[in-house]
Amino acid sequence: MNVNGVDHPAPTDPRRLLSDHIRHDIGLTGTHVGCEHGVCGCCTVLFDGAPVRSCLMLAIQAEGHQVTTIEGLAPDGAPLHPVQQAFHETHGLQCGFCTPGFVMSVVGLLKQNPDPTPEEIDEGISGNLCRCTGYASIRRAVLRAAELSR
Amino acid sequence: MEFLQPATWSEALAMKAAKPEAVPIAGGTDLMVEINLDHRRPATIIDLTHIKELTEWGMDDGRLRIGAGVTYARIIDELGDRLPGLAMASRTVGSPQIRNRGTVGGNLGTASPAGDAHPPLLATEAIVELASTKGTRQVAANEFFAGPKKNAMRADELIAAFLVEPARGPQQFSKVGTRNAMVIAVCSLALAVDPKRKHVGIGIGSAGPTPIRAAEAETFIQEVLEEHRLWERHVHCEPSALKQFGELVAAAAKPIDDVRGTADYRRHALAVLARRTFRWAWDDYRKSK
Repeated sequence: MNVNGVDHPAPTDPRRLLSDHIRHDIGLTGTHVGCEHGVCGCCTVLFDGAPVRSCLMLAIQAEGHQVTTIEGLAPDGAPLHPVQQAFHETHGLQCGFCTPGFVMSVVGLLKQNPDPTPEEIDEGISGNLCRCTGYASIRRAVLRAAELSR
Repeated sequence: MEFLQPATWSEALAMKAAKPEAVPIAGGTDLMVEINLDHRRPATIIDLTHIKELTEWGMDDGRLRIGAGVTYARIIDELGDRLPGLAMASRTVGSPQIRNRGTVGGNLGTASPAGDAHPPLLATEAIVELASTKGTRQVAANEFFAGPKKNAMRADELIAAFLVEPARGPQQFSKVGTRNAMVIAVCSLALAVDPKRKHVGIGIGSAGPTPIRAAEAETFIQEVLEEHRLWERHVHCEPSALKQFGELVAAAAKPIDDVRGTADYRRHALAVLARRTFRWAWDDYRKSK
């Protein structure tokens, strides 16, 4: 599978979750694991460009596909991705645990819908849970990200 | 755990014939939850996500034939105009991440009484196409659901597709839950109006051991529409008739008390959903004159 533009060998254990494979085998720990049963959205990655929950996929199912993780948005030393920049500017995070998942969901949302309405933003981030922010600043981050991406 | 990844449909059917106990996986949004929570440890999994045919849809003798591997996201984007009821139900499934992976075929395979795709499939009299190495057979959605998470499939069969006529009239779906996203329905209802056949189809979810078609309520509302020539007159039906319609839908349910709601509440809510979705759909029909 190709992760952030780099080809990686197939997982040796067929039971390996994509989320665990990304973290433990490939060593990209920016993808977080919260609930491990498809509720919290922390493990969201882009699978062929669309946001999916990596804890609900076996790594081996990703063979031959493109996976983008939070590390793939902005290489080391490069400016932040517009969505990252927007979360930074609007304080779209407190503890930050849920942030990689939110950012990947928002990247997917804006790719499909570059100018979302407030309702579409709520819908777009409905699969991610945040215990700190109350979501208000995250909504602002999405609006700001849309602005920065124009 | 053995992991089988057929590249073609015939290969998949051969694998399922050789190992009937193998568990198919599509989007994984049901199965992976069970595996991660250790509710289930399948010895063999067949991954159906690499089979191209399953992700295709097209017209087949007047019906849409939709591959079992078409995701909810694609149903919404590509078929929302032709299958508005199923698209509405699909929009309520999980979250964007779930809709990008989950499939209607998988929903049918799990056969949960709460599966969101099931009420619209019942309301539109959809057909499920099952396949094995011995051939294919078609099962009406109404006869497909056999019990909680049980369906009419034989152990050597896989779901190939479902067939459904493109909508000829308004369709609606409504669901009760604690929030819009990421909920298992407390109860749900789909309604499909077909002006050509003068037919109203109703499917209910999360209110019995299986998804249920409310046949008596269908007959009742059709008789009301016929008797008062409402199809031709394009006017609303009497509130008393609508009330009785709601009661008949509630009576079709076989709900239980559980963590999501009580049986009484579900019956009450279904009567409300029935009246409400009928009014919405009939408004659309009247405007389409």
